[in-house]
Formats: sequence, structure tokens, C-alpha cells
Amino acid sequence: MSQTNSNSAPEAGTKPLLQIDQLGKRFGGFVALDGVSLEIPQGQRLGLIGPNGSGKSTLVNCICGALQNETGTIYFDGEKVNGMVAHQRTRRGLARSFQLPRPFMSMTVAENMRVPLMYTVNARSGTHMSHGELNDRCMELLSLVTLHEKASHMPTDLTQVEMRKLELARAMAADPKLLIADESMAGLSHSEVEDIVALLIRMNERGVTIIMIEHIMRAVMTFSQRLVVLVSGKKIADGMPEDVIQDKEVVGAYLGS
Amino acid sequence: MRTSVFTLILILISAALYFAFRTIGNDYLFFAGYTVLQYVVMATAWNILGGYCGYVNFGSAGFFAIGVYSSVFLHTLADSIDDVVPDALQAPLHAIFPLPLPVMVVVGGIVAGLVGLGMGYLTLRLRGVFFAIATLALAVVMETVIVNWSFVGGSRGAYVIPPNDVPFFGPYIQFLFVLMLILVVVALVTARAIERSKLGVGFATIRDDELAAEASGVPTLRLKLIATVVSGALFGMAGAPFPYYIGYVEPGSAFNLSYAVNSIAMPMIGGTTFWAGPLIGALLLGTLQQVATVTISSAVNLLIVGLLLIGFVILAPKGIVGLWQKWMGKRAKS
Amino acid sequence: MQFDLLINAIIAGLMLGAFYAAVTSGISISFGMLDIVNIAHPGFIILGSYIAYIVNVQLGADPIVIAIVALPAFYALGSIIYEIYYRSFEKHGQDSLRGLAFFFGLLFVTEVVLNMVFGVDYRSVNVPYIGGSLTIGWMEFPIRMLVPAVVSILMFGGLQIYLSRTFIGRAVMAVSQDPQALQLMAVDPIRIKRIAFSISLATASMAGAFLIIIQPVIPSSGREYIGRVFAICVLGGLGSLPGTLIAALLIGVIESITSTFYGPSWAPAVSFGLLLLTLAVRPSGLLGR
Repeated sequence: MSQTNSNSAPEAGTKPLLQIDQLGKRFGGFVALDGVSLEIPQGQRLGLIGPNGSGKSTLVNCICGALQNETGTIYFDGEKVNGMVAHQRTRRGLARSFQLPRPFMSMTVAENMRVPLMYTVNARSGTHMSHGELNDRCMELLSLVTLHEKASHMPTDLTQVEMRKLELARAMAADPKLLIADESMAGLSHSEVEDIVALLIRMNERGVTIIMIEHIMRAVMTFSQRLVVLVSGKKIADGMPEDVIQDKEVVGAYLGS
Repeated sequence: MRTSVFTLILILISAALYFAFRTIGNDYLFFAGYTVLQYVVMATAWNILGGYCGYVNFGSAGFFAIGVYSSVFLHTLADSIDDVVPDALQAPLHAIFPLPLPVMVVVGGIVAGLVGLGMGYLTLRLRGVFFAIATLALAVVMETVIVNWSFVGGSRGAYVIPPNDVPFFGPYIQFLFVLMLILVVVALVTARAIERSKLGVGFATIRDDELAAEASGVPTLRLKLIATVVSGALFGMAGAPFPYYIGYVEPGSAFNLSYAVNSIAMPMIGGTTFWAGPLIGALLLGTLQQVATVTISSAVNLLIVGLLLIGFVILAPKGIVGLWQKWMGKRAKS
Repeated sequence: MQFDLLINAIIAGLMLGAFYAAVTSGISISFGMLDIVNIAHPGFIILGSYIAYIVNVQLGADPIVIAIVALPAFYALGSIIYEIYYRSFEKHGQDSLRGLAFFFGLLFVTEVVLNMVFGVDYRSVNVPYIGGSLTIGWMEFPIRMLVPAVVSILMFGGLQIYLSRTFIGRAVMAVSQDPQALQLMAVDPIRIKRIAFSISLATASMAGAFLIIIQPVIPSSGREYIGRVFAICVLGGLGSLPGTLIAALLIGVIESITSTFYGPSWAPAVSFGLLLLTLAVRPSGLLGR
């Protein structure tokens, strides 16, 4: 295992926002995650790469609570979150977007946005946003992703890239501390990819820590302050992006193939 | 429209209906009307879980029968306090029993709601189809228990003789009719209030995509349990007055499969996403069946219900409400 | 608990279980492998019983022979139903609510139509071996149970060989796991699913004949099998035929013991109780992953 991360994390805070220790998960006989450990400081933009089936999605699902890890622990914001179901983690500030966008099909774009506002932000602060406040917040987030003109459209009317934007905006509506963007750019055109990367960086500038899972290396290199490589459920590299992509093991296991 | 205004309007319509029937003065009208109203409550109850959350309950007859048999139990208990209850408890029980029917309705609702909670807790973590299968199983387990429970009549059945007349209402059937009207108002107001609340939004996210709902912070299990309890309680309440309506209850009539079919068919035909859908479906199908039973045969009317259900799910997935909206949309465009 | 009574209850239970395996095999394919919740299956089994009944009464043929002759008709019916199901529901994705309602409607309509044609009287077939029984020591094998059990096991074995050895059979197993992989193999998953669903429905013809040999049938007989077949299917683990067989034998034995020692009126609750328990504790079934 090549460890290049000893003092690599830029802008590292005092206490990590997310702390994963020896995470393990299997499906039947298949080992999806094999003792993955990871610490992410507040405010970081982390890129997570790895070949198909390397365990990236399983890792995301375990962090967010869509799956429960079998061994290891996950601390988020100083609190142990493994064992919690997904919505409890979302309410604590852990939001995700899905690889294939999963909008609520019976609701308009704006109504989609209202769900996390009602169920996460309200529940967390114990307040009750008025209809007007909900609307304002919703439109503010939609204009962040330039979807405000489509607020009253149904998801079926949206293009592929608009669906991805809605997916990210809905995750942002939960007002997260950590956002995990799971392959938000697969199948998009060159300019659309740039669009989404810029969007994620804008979100990061608002103080949100972001983990980006991606295959498109150009996007990964533009976005990431730190790069982690997962192969066969194991972390094989972790450090500055420029260093990691030159690492022999990484080149052999992933980029070379 | 505010809920209070909506409630008031429903009460006024109900009152108008009752006095209209009373003016006509035919008891058969009350008997037939009671059945149709009972279907309105059942269709609305089914729709709260099935239509709003997308969880199919095939065990409607089971929940209905819980209400039926909780009343049979309370009725039988009232007659046999001296035989089955320890001496010390007899005096206080005699003071309470026989319970007024509205109290029995509440009891039936609570028992059915609790059973819904228990079953939901066992199965709602799983995929929706497992829940559907479990509801089928529940109805059979309940029926087996009742068949083997001689206190409530077992397989032979039990006679529940209603009082002859009641003050103001006159014949007992009129009292039952008004009671069922009140339950209709309760069911519709509940359904509409849910639809327009945060709860309704949560239910819709569960129907659309449970994984995305959880990721947006929706506590899906808790919401599904709420839906199951509310739905189950309404079924139980609809079933509680039934022994007094029918006079003689046996497991075959309380667990009749046609309740399960109608509870599904009525919302599906009326439309599942809007409170008026089950109402329209129940009024149409319920009335149709009442007419068909008299004029043709009860087998034919069940066949009609089955065929309509199949036809609507294939050809008009959004039901009559959906057809109406489509038609209005077309008219608005042209 | 008398020993010989218990042994005979177990024997009867094993034969009953073998019959349950035939009843469940169709669901095990449609629900377990294709993810199509065909709750109308028991209705088609009763349809099979009535076909065996009519032909038996008219021509005196053996119900099992009749069922074999009727296989193509059931296969064709399966193809038609799958085609409707696919076009109306499956193609559009995630609308399981209406799909369930569709099959529920089919179940109900089948029952009502049988009711209108044959009435609610019990119907039974006339076969010379129905009254007889094979006695070994104090162990008793009623022939009316033994014949369906043996044919059922044969059918079950045939299905298992078909699914694990032939190309189409393997494609069926593959479609349950990864429809996309199948597309890469240039096999049309819809065609495979249609074939598999048609086979699943064809088993209803056999199961129907077994049922009416074992006991007289009324149109509503199917209902008590709805929960039971799903109980067996889930208990055995979805998509596993060997698991289904083991679960079927297990439930047969437990039901048989229950009705011998506690009375037949409690038997239906056994499988349903087990189903609820399985769903609550181990939804992946006995042999599930």
C-alpha cells in the first residue's frame, strides 16, 4: 500500500468531519469493502476513483446508510453514525446524490426541492418554515444550479444534465456539511461536465465538504484537492492528486488497464 | 379550502342526504346506503396506505373483520359477564356494559390500528411486495383464530340482535346509517388533511422512490407505520357496526374476499392520488353492486367488479379522476 | 404423543409437501426468478382442477393424463398473460401497485367465473386408485396422496434439470440475476421471461390435477393456497427450486402434525404464521443468500 497522505491534506481542520475506520462489507462471498479507513477534514474537496466494482458505491452507501457496514466504525461530526438509518444521517448533515438520478417522479422540480427542506432542515432546526420561506429557499438553490426557470416542470420534462443538477440541488437542499456526489457526470458532454464541476466547486465555496466519485479524470483533476483510489474494496492510494496518479500501483491497477 | 370549511360542507351534505332518505321513508334505501357508505370508508382507508404510499394491502377483509369481531366480543361479553368474569369485577363491568355502539366503533378502530402497527413493524422494512403477501397471510391467520374461538361464535357464527328502535332515529338501521355517514366524514377529512400536509408529501416520496426519500431525510419506516395504523383503524371502525347491521356474523361473511377486492378496485377505478378518487369509485361501484344484486345476481356483480378492476389498471391507470383531468386538460387547450 | 400416529403424520406430511412443491413451483419461477408477483396462480391451479374434472367426468380419463394434454393450453395462456402484463406494466417500470392489482383481479375473476359455471358444490374426480392405500407394517400410504406426490417430484426434478442444463433454462436463471448480461449475449430478456412465465403457468395444469385427486374442489379452494405458496416460496429462498422443495416438505410435515394432534381447523394458520415469522426474522429464506 502506498501511503502518501501523511501531511498531504490541505487546509486540514483540527478534527476530521468524517472519520471511517476499518470499514468492511460483504455480499455473500464477495468482499465489497475490505477494511477501508479514511479521514476527511472540514471543507475538503476529495476525489474518489477506482475501477468498476472496486467498492466505491458500496462505500458511499455505507457512509450514507443505504447499506449497513458489517465491521468498522463511521464517525461523522464527532458522532458515531453506523447503525443509524439513512434519514437520520441526512438530518445530521450527510447528503448524497444518486448515480442514476432518482427524482420523485410525481412531483414538480420545486416540489422535489421542498422534500429535504421540510423533512431535514425543519426537523433539524425544530422550526417550521412558512410557505414563503420554503419557496425562497427553494428558488435560491435552484438558481444556484440554474434550474429556476424549470421550477414548475415535471422531472420527465428535464434533460439528462438538468436531472443531474436537480439531483445535486436536492441534496444541497438538505443543507449538508458533507455532500457525496456519486458519478454526477457520466454520459455528459464536455461543456456539461465543466458546468457540473464548477457547480460542485461553488458548493464547496459555501462551506460544504465534498466527496466526488468520478470516472472522468479531467473532472477529477480539476476538482480534487486530494485523491483516494479504491481497488477491490481496498484503499491503495491517498494523497495529492498529482502524486497519486503517478503512483506505480495506481497506474498498474487502474489507470493502466 | 380550509379543513374546517371542508368538514362543515361534508357534514351539511351528509345531513341533507339523511333527511332526503328519511323523507322517502324506505328502510331498504338505508340498508343499501349503509353498504355503499361502508365501502366509501373502506376504499378511503385502503387508499391511505395503497394509493398514497404505494403499499398494497390484500388483507382489507382481515382488518375489517377485526372491527366486526371486536364488537361481537364486546356484545357477547355484555351478555355473559356473570359467567366469565370473576365476581369482584362483575359490578363495575355491569355498570359499563353494554357499551354504546360509538364506543365500540372506537374500540374496533384501536384494535385494528394496533394489529396494523404490529404487522407493519414486522414487514414494512421489506420490499412492498412482501408486505402485500404478508397482508394476505394475516387475513387467513385471523380467520383461523376466529374459526377456532368459540366465545365469538367460532365457525358456527354468532347472533347479535340489535335494539329495535332508538330515540330520534326510529328504526335501528337509520341510526347505523347516520353512524356510517359520520365515519365517511371522518375518513374523507382525514384523507384530505393527510394529502395536504407534510405527511402527505412524505407518503408521496415513499410511493415514488423510497431510497431517495430516506436520502432526503424522510423517516420512511415511521411514515409507513403511521399510514398502516390510520388505514387499519379506519377499516376497524368501518367493521365495528357490521354485526348490528347483519344480525348474524360468521367468519365467511366477515372475512369475505369481496371486501378485499372492492377495497382495491374502488380506489383503482376512482383514482388513487386524490381523496375524491376512492369516494367516486366506491359510490359508483357500490351503487352498481347494490343495483346488480337486486336485478341480476351477486355473482355477476362480482364479475363486473373484477373485470372493471383489470380493465382500469390496464387502460386507465389514473382512474376516473385521471380521465377527468385529462379531459379537462384537453378542453383547456382547445 | 403416540409414535405410530406421529410417523404416519410425518409420512402424510411428506406426501402433502411434495404436492405443495408442485403447487409452488410456478410461483417459485414467476415470483422468485422473474419478479412477477402472480398472485393469480392459485386461481389457475383451480382452473386446472376443473378442466381435469370435466374431462374426467365426460371421458373417464386419468386427471394426470388430462393435465399433461392440457399443458400447451396453459402454456399459451401464460404467454398471453405475460404479454398483457409486460405491455401494460413491466415495460413502464416500477408500477408494482397496478401489476399486483391486475393479478388480484385475474384471481378474483377466475374464481367468480368458475363459480358461475360450476356453482359452489364440491367436485371430485373418479379414479380407481383414489380409495386404496398402500400399507407397509403400520405405515400407511393413501394412493390418492402417493400418486400426486410421486408425479410432483418427477415434475419438480424435470424443471430443475431443464433450468440448470438447457440454454433457455440457464437464460431464465440469468434473467433473474442480470438482464443486461443477457442482452450482451444477444438473447432477448423479454422472450426468455415470456417462456419462463408460460412454463410457470403450465405447472398450474399439473398442480390442479393433483389437487382434485387429493381432495374435492370448490372455486374458492385456491384462496387457501395463496398464502401457503408464498410462504413456501419465501421460506425456501427466492429463486431456488431446491429450497422450494425443502420448504414445501417442511410445511407439509408441520401442517400434517398440527392437524393430527390439534385438529385440521388450525392447519391453515401454520404456514401463514411461518410466513410472517420468516418475513420478520429471515426474509432471505432458509437457503437464501
